[in-house]
Amino acid sequence: MTRDATTAENAELTYYETGEDHVHAGGSTMLGFWIYLMSDALIFATLFATYGVLSTSYAGGPAPRQLFELPLVALNTAMLLISSITYGMASIAMDENRVGATRGWLAVTALFGLAFLSIELYEFGNLIREGATPQASAFLSAFFTLVATHGLHVSFGLIWIAVMLVQIGKRGLNEDNKRRLMCLGMFWHLLDVVWIGVFTFVYLLGVLR
Amino acid sequence: MSGPHAHTDPVAAGHHGAGHHGDGHGHGTRRGYLIGFLLSVVLTAVPFALVMTGILSAPVTAVAIILLAFVQILVHTVFFLHVNPKAEGGWTLLALVFTGVIVTLVIAGSLWIMFHLNSNMMPMQPGSMPGM
Amino acid sequence: MLSDSLLKTIFGRLSFESFPIHEPILLVTFIGVMVGGVGVVALITKFRLWGWLWRDWFTSVDHKKIGIMYMILGFIMLLRGFADALMMRTQQAIAFGGNPGYLPPHHYDQVFTAHGTIMIFFVAIPFVVGLINYVMPLQIGARDVAFPYLNNLSFWLTVAGAALVMVSLFVGEFSRAGWLNYVPVSNLQNSPDTGPDYYLWALQIAGVGTTLSAINMVTTIIKMRAPGMTMMKMPIFTWTALCSNVLAVAIFPILTAAFAMLMLDRYVGTDFFTNDLGGNAMMYWNLVWIWGHPEVYVLVLPTFGIFSEITSTFSGKRLFGYSSMVYATVVITILAFLVWLHHFFTMGSGASVNSFFGIATMVISIPTGAKIFNWLFTMYRGQIRFELPMMWVVAFLITFTVGGMTGVLLAVPPADFVLHNSLFLVAHFHNVIIGGVLFGLFAGVQYWFPKAFGFRLDPFWGKVNFWGWVIGYWVAWTPIYIVGLMGTTRRMNHFDDPTLQPWFVIAAIGAAIIAVGIAAFLIQIAVSIKNRDKLRVDGDPWDGRTLEWATTSPPPAYNFAFTPVVHELDAWYDMKDKKAQAPKDGFRAIHMPRNTGVGVIVSALALVLGFAMVWYIWWLAAISFAGLIAVSIGHTFNYDRDYYIPAEDVTRTERGLPAAAGA
Repeated sequence: MTRDATTAENAELTYYETGEDHVHAGGSTMLGFWIYLMSDALIFATLFATYGVLSTSYAGGPAPRQLFELPLVALNTAMLLISSITYGMASIAMDENRVGATRGWLAVTALFGLAFLSIELYEFGNLIREGATPQASAFLSAFFTLVATHGLHVSFGLIWIAVMLVQIGKRGLNEDNKRRLMCLGMFWHLLDVVWIGVFTFVYLLGVLR
Repeated sequence: MSGPHAHTDPVAAGHHGAGHHGDGHGHGTRRGYLIGFLLSVVLTAVPFALVMTGILSAPVTAVAIILLAFVQILVHTVFFLHVNPKAEGGWTLLALVFTGVIVTLVIAGSLWIMFHLNSNMMPMQPGSMPGM
Repeated sequence: MLSDSLLKTIFGRLSFESFPIHEPILLVTFIGVMVGGVGVVALITKFRLWGWLWRDWFTSVDHKKIGIMYMILGFIMLLRGFADALMMRTQQAIAFGGNPGYLPPHHYDQVFTAHGTIMIFFVAIPFVVGLINYVMPLQIGARDVAFPYLNNLSFWLTVAGAALVMVSLFVGEFSRAGWLNYVPVSNLQNSPDTGPDYYLWALQIAGVGTTLSAINMVTTIIKMRAPGMTMMKMPIFTWTALCSNVLAVAIFPILTAAFAMLMLDRYVGTDFFTNDLGGNAMMYWNLVWIWGHPEVYVLVLPTFGIFSEITSTFSGKRLFGYSSMVYATVVITILAFLVWLHHFFTMGSGASVNSFFGIATMVISIPTGAKIFNWLFTMYRGQIRFELPMMWVVAFLITFTVGGMTGVLLAVPPADFVLHNSLFLVAHFHNVIIGGVLFGLFAGVQYWFPKAFGFRLDPFWGKVNFWGWVIGYWVAWTPIYIVGLMGTTRRMNHFDDPTLQPWFVIAAIGAAIIAVGIAAFLIQIAVSIKNRDKLRVDGDPWDGRTLEWATTSPPPAYNFAFTPVVHELDAWYDMKDKKAQAPKDGFRAIHMPRNTGVGVIVSALALVLGFAMVWYIWWLAAISFAGLIAVSIGHTFNYDRDYYIPAEDVTRTERGLPAAAGA
């Protein structure tokens, strides 16, 4: 890039860039997406705060100790944790430009994500059959909303992975697709962080109470 | 998202004191991911074990698992989200810290306000007083 | 009956009774809107402007055009919101003793709810976002914002939200639960009608737009500043825009979550904010005010920036205490999150909680006070030019300072127990929002209009507009302060005490004076367009100091043919001082984003989705939601999103020649 001196009086200082207009599409995307994730984290913060305030409003209904099955939650947590490391493997394969391996690890990640969702739905199904529905008490409303919002995010991540599998298939690992995979990665890993909050503050502390 | 981006001058970037140009976002290594994963497994297994076995008293367990959760969140942030002071000229870290402050204010503030409110109201039924 | 259940499946709860043909006020308004709307459509069709509108405006990703469209949206909604204000003022001026006035409570409650909702969400926010959109990228020497397509989508989502509020005027009812749709009034059992649903869907759709826009602006300011523009060389308006948008990114998710939980209460039957089964209505107040207080700063910080730019330009001096201004702005950004409880001191959280938030509220007035002194010292010994933008600054300083002081009164919890929900409070927040935000926006419009269109606004009608607003404000709100201090409560559509009536008559006269001011603004625009050749200006009509004045008026699509390099705060002043000239040749091709219609389509689908959900038309909601997802995913398959403006075209534009054919 050249910078011509365009000032009359002061030869050292330049006031205009006269070089080529550089293409740098997407240079802001990662930061922009990170800021979006921060705003998403605040949605979860609001739901956590609401859960905290309403967590003892059982309205005569069941309390966490009667409802939560920790072995199931532990299994679910394992699914999500493993999906995180498999996504990490996909990221590394992407860095090394291995298209097949990237797609493979993405698919594995999606499978673990799907397992997580299935277990969550199974848990919800059990609760609702026992009469512990989202309508039964404020505690249950807050519980279902917090956990299901996380689940919706995972579902959205699964759709995104599916779209990426198609797009990588069509165009390979070009700059755009790599950037999208990195955004998706941040999204996926942030869901882990939220889940740490969920299993600690909702499930473990709930059972402890 | 095609941000038109005219200037990619390293001199200018140095001027900003911020990795202003280029994505400059953190990348992970295989080793980093594995270390993060192992730490994460331990930090998940220990709190589950503490609660499910009930070795420690309930208050101690509560404090322990909350501390472990914060450590685990840090581990994920560093090893999986690759947040570090250099990525994006420090803006990701700054955004994270700011968000952390706001999250704390929202949650702690709401709990403080609502529990004071509840304790000033007439109890509707025994045991409805929150004790978290 | 089959047809009955079939109709219910097709139309949800929408029926002939949903159309208020029995209410004469609404009927007349509806006919007026229809006649006006048909007229506009006919004119556009007659002059064959649809293609031009679609290609050059609706689908544009140019931050300048989007900024102008935001301003137009804000002004149209200002007319609607102000019409609501006039209705309330006339009702309160006549409804004494045996006279019930002309607005029954049921209708009056919708009017004040709509007034507040529209004025904040669809007037103040679009105006502020519009000005930031237009000015900020120019001030930092960028070609556009970081995410131009997202910018277009944000705008149209805001339009969709506004449209849904407008639909509620003629189809069904709007909320009666106040401008934040308070529970328990907005709970399903108390408001089984469509009112709160219209409110919730309109604000959720517009709120997504506002959040995305804020993310976009923050990223733009961080990533796209001209070379050499370090944080402490950023124009002060850009600084305030940054802090305002950081606040918006942080608070709108909280509002979204709070509204989502109220939606679940209303649609699914959960118990977040209900009166039974453990629900806690006060948690809703807590959450909406965690949003609500910082929102005040989202609106007022950018106007502080506008006042700073204008004061500095029209005093011919650097801004006094630039760095203290920056620190004050950042401190306000943080403190804005520590004061929300002062909106509900009377809730009953007790002395310790109230004291903390009362003190925090008083503390936040310190950085704001520092700013007032900065402006005064900028003027001190300056060569002040008393043109219209500067007149607005002086009016602001006087008006806003009074509003700030009544705010400090309200910050004292024991005093607030007396004044809570009184008209004193209503006068206070109109004092700061009209005196702070609205005066600032008018100052900004007068200041930057020549940049956007290449000609000045007519000064005579500008002064009528100015005096209409300033005199009107004081005549309308001083009596409200007085009756409020005497204990009159807000949201009343009828009073029993006839001694109050003179005050409300005076207030109504004030509103009429403001109406003159608003009309004068419309006339000012029309007269200026008519006399545009006489009012024509070059790139720098005010002897400006920041980079937006370094390019032509109006700026070309790419803003700057050569990206400026910044060495000083007040970069353009520095360039003029050093006699730096932009090169006259050697133009290069410029990389720009392409226009796209996806934002319009997605927002239209969001509007249909909102309408269908309000009326329980499930099939339509499902289809529009599926369409929304499909269009969004489809958009990601388009990788060809930018193009180059060829060097020849840049050369022609820079030399004032018409663009080559087909460009």
